[in-house]
Amino acid sequence: MGKKIFFISRRMLLFVAGALGMLLLVLFFNATGIFTDYIVQIINISLINVILAVSLNLINGFTGQFSIGHMGFAAVGAYTSATVTTLIAKVTPRLPYTEFININGYIVFILALLLGGIVAAGIGFLIGFPSLRLKGDYLAIITLGFGEIIRTIFNNIDYVGGPRGLLGIPKFSNLIMIFVITLLSVIAIRNLVFSTHGRALLSIRENELASELVGVNTVRYKITAFTIGAFFAGIAGGLQAHLLQIAHPTQYGFLYSILVLIMVYAGGMGSITGSIIAAFALTFLSEGLRTALPGLGDLMHVKIGDEWRMVVYSLLLIIIMLFRTEVLMGMREMKLLVPEEEEHHGQHA
Amino acid sequence: MDSMLSLEKVTHYFGGLKAVSNFNLELPDGALYGLIGPNGAGKTTIFNLITGIYTPTEGSIKLMNESIIRKKPYQIVHMGIARTFQNLRIFGSLSVLDNIRISRHYTVGKSKHTGNRKHKESSDLVQTNLFDSFFRTRNYLKAERQITDEAIDLLKLIKLDDVMHEQAKSLPYGKLRKLEIARALATHPSVLLLDEPAAGMNPAEIGELMDLIHFIRDNFKITILLIEHHMKVVMGICEYIKVIDFGETIAEGKPVEVANNPRVIEAYLGKEEGKCS
Amino acid sequence: MSTFFQQLLNGIQLGSIYALIALGYTMVYGIVRLINFAHGDFFMIGAYAAYGLYYALGRLFGAGNPGANYLVLFLLVLGGAMLAGGFAAVTANRVAYKPLRDKPRLSSLITAIGVSMFIEYFFSALPAIGPSFRGFPEVFPKTIIKIGTASVSNYVIIDVAVAATLMVVLTLLVKFSKVGKAMRAVSQDKEAAKLMGINIETIIGVTFLIGGAFAGVAGLLSGLTYPRIFPYMGILPGLKAFIAAVLGGIGNIPGAMLGSYIMGIAETYANAANSLIGEGIAFAILIVVLLIRPQGILGEKTADKI
Ligand SMILES: Nc1ncnc2c1ncn2[C@@H]1O[C@H](COP(=O)(O)OP(=O)(O)OP(=O)(O)O)[C@@H](O)[C@H]1O
Ligand SMILES: [Mg+2]
Repeated sequence: MGKKIFFISRRMLLFVAGALGMLLLVLFFNATGIFTDYIVQIINISLINVILAVSLNLINGFTGQFSIGHMGFAAVGAYTSATVTTLIAKVTPRLPYTEFININGYIVFILALLLGGIVAAGIGFLIGFPSLRLKGDYLAIITLGFGEIIRTIFNNIDYVGGPRGLLGIPKFSNLIMIFVITLLSVIAIRNLVFSTHGRALLSIRENELASELVGVNTVRYKITAFTIGAFFAGIAGGLQAHLLQIAHPTQYGFLYSILVLIMVYAGGMGSITGSIIAAFALTFLSEGLRTALPGLGDLMHVKIGDEWRMVVYSLLLIIIMLFRTEVLMGMREMKLLVPEEEEHHGQHA
Repeated sequence: MDSMLSLEKVTHYFGGLKAVSNFNLELPDGALYGLIGPNGAGKTTIFNLITGIYTPTEGSIKLMNESIIRKKPYQIVHMGIARTFQNLRIFGSLSVLDNIRISRHYTVGKSKHTGNRKHKESSDLVQTNLFDSFFRTRNYLKAERQITDEAIDLLKLIKLDDVMHEQAKSLPYGKLRKLEIARALATHPSVLLLDEPAAGMNPAEIGELMDLIHFIRDNFKITILLIEHHMKVVMGICEYIKVIDFGETIAEGKPVEVANNPRVIEAYLGKEEGKCS
Repeated sequence: MSTFFQQLLNGIQLGSIYALIALGYTMVYGIVRLINFAHGDFFMIGAYAAYGLYYALGRLFGAGNPGANYLVLFLLVLGGAMLAGGFAAVTANRVAYKPLRDKPRLSSLITAIGVSMFIEYFFSALPAIGPSFRGFPEVFPKTIIKIGTASVSNYVIIDVAVAATLMVVLTLLVKFSKVGKAMRAVSQDKEAAKLMGINIETIIGVTFLIGGAFAGVAGLLSGLTYPRIFPYMGILPGLKAFIAAVLGGIGNIPGAMLGSYIMGIAETYANAANSLIGEGIAFAILIVVLLIRPQGILGEKTADKI
């Protein structure tokens, strides 16, 4: 034994190759000026939203819990990692700011991201406990309350800027960085859900009592789902803070949590593919509306405020709920994400 | 000792309601016993007590001489008790195969509670953890294959293999009942508790069910306790029957004895005439 | 001692406003098992309706001049707030919740979040309303009454009196009227109620109407008491009133009243101690209740039959 422990299937290699191909395409378009930096920035944000949506899907879609405070975990990851990197940037004043961005800087960044993820996971572990006793709507309120409490706390800690936010975060996140981390996150969660542990999570969603009575330790698995989901949300938060170079309490409010929730629902509860597509579609829609609405207003000689964007979003959420059963993907996955050996076993592909 | 499952002086209250009162049961290894009684007699509650959903107010419950009181339901499953539900609890949007594979799940976790089980064949399953599944190690793939193969074998045995890739909720009612029994079997139990398996079945399906129960008992060497309203089933396959009413045991014995017991006729058979023919 | 008393009064005043909101939450939950996230927004709509009505009618009644007929004006504004809140609630029910009645409960909950966001952003997007704060007029001239060393504004009395009146009316309605009996029947067993010839949807509609109307009144009272209104003003009071309903036992009408007063008083004292504690006390209460006694103070434990 001990020769080759990790097994990478051909299909997974294809998936990774396809994804890398897209990355190269984007880099190429950016270099030739077809994609402006603004478009690349939207892609960056979309990729971060992919991590957020897929990790929330793990909690809500696959495990059937109901968390609506996901950005609370992202906030924890963002503030934790950004505090570390800004602190290190400060205590190494010999290096001018720009020079901090070198290979050592990246090692620090990766470690800081991981730390952010781990602290967020710790909080997720704690938030998992109410899920043991509470179902559905009550759990929603608790997670909502948790998200607000986290925000209030950061709002009141002067060390991280309080209501002004944490400023001057080094810009470590770039397209390649974000892309690779998003890819790894997606693969990790995909591997989890297509495993016996993933089936244990699904069985909790399907019927919790029956799940316990075929031998699944539902307590442990529910907490596991929250912990892992929070870990990845923390990573996403860290990436975002180092992309926008600011962590501000209002970034992590209820509204953003709901946007992520919309992505999960629009893409399909229990579909990673759906979450990926929806994260891109809705991020682009959001940015599109941000530029299109004022333009439309100019045409009609009225001022159309940014609030209309949210009006569109909320209508979208209502419409999805009223007319859906299977929105984008339902519970299906694109073929490349389904392991070969699972191909016929579920209703996935 | 020969007793597989034993309940002694088990009493359970729901608030002021005494749902089970001083209930005793010695279930010998390999037995097929019936538990009957009118609606609301406390039968399902006894199952819920055995499987750890409720903790009895008083009394003891032992599986092969080890107390299972205050153990978590999933631990009791690991110790070797499996059950079905009066109202189906299927993992509806998963495939039939996945319904079974979930039952084989715990053997790949690191459970400490598998020691006491009679059917050891599952314990040589490869163990995996979350790390294995994140990285899809060889070890892990081996375990997955093993789970899948075993599940398919079981489905073949129960004759559900033709629908194994269908979504469970698309199955007809009779097959769902069968699937639930298969799912319970997949945990490799020593004791199988069946709560009204014939409910909602047509006569042909009931005949099949009776054959299936016999087949399971003989083929898997499992001890079975059965709740059933259909007298044909109970009288036809059970070796020994306990009758309860308002939580109290009112009669017990061989099917013929019970069927002729005046208290039973009064409390139960009389009222249920429509059903028992 | 007098600040203690003063805070108690403030707490009761705040509790009265919470109670009017919490009743809607609890009644709707009792009947359709939905946490109506948009309920706080009916409160906001009530406040804006009162604001609009006051400026539309104020001059007719000579507001601001001596001898103005404030009582009639106040009652009209109150009626307007009730109508607006009730109308909004009934509309939300018809458009967004009714089609989802047979779907999993979480679908309606998410839809309710959507409705809530829609109302808030639509109001702040409308040029006539806009996202910013507005000062709320003194619909009734404010006077200060001194009791010993403590001073009480007549608004305290108005708030408590209006809330108490409505709560008494509601209690009588639920206990003795035909509609009230039907409401109780539906909340206990929908199927049985249907068999008895009760039109479930009508009763649900009436429940939303009453709940929304009460929230509308709360909006007016809140505008009077804390004279600032804005499109997002319903979020926090809505959430706190909901928590109050959970504290009292959701689905339970006296529970909602009790929970609201406890909540109002606790929050007032906590705020006096430290504003961070004040912000967090509601959630702290929620977490403690859900972990210790999830059915609430007056709620009854229900068990799923297995
Ligand atoms: N969770 C519970 N809380 C309160 N009372 C309960 C609960 N579960 C069961 N009961 C009551 O306990 C009594 C026994 O119920 P049980 O379900 O065990 O009856 P049963 O014999 O299985 O009846 P049936 O033939 O209808 O399935 C009934 O009066 C029932 O209402
Ligand atoms: Mg029963």
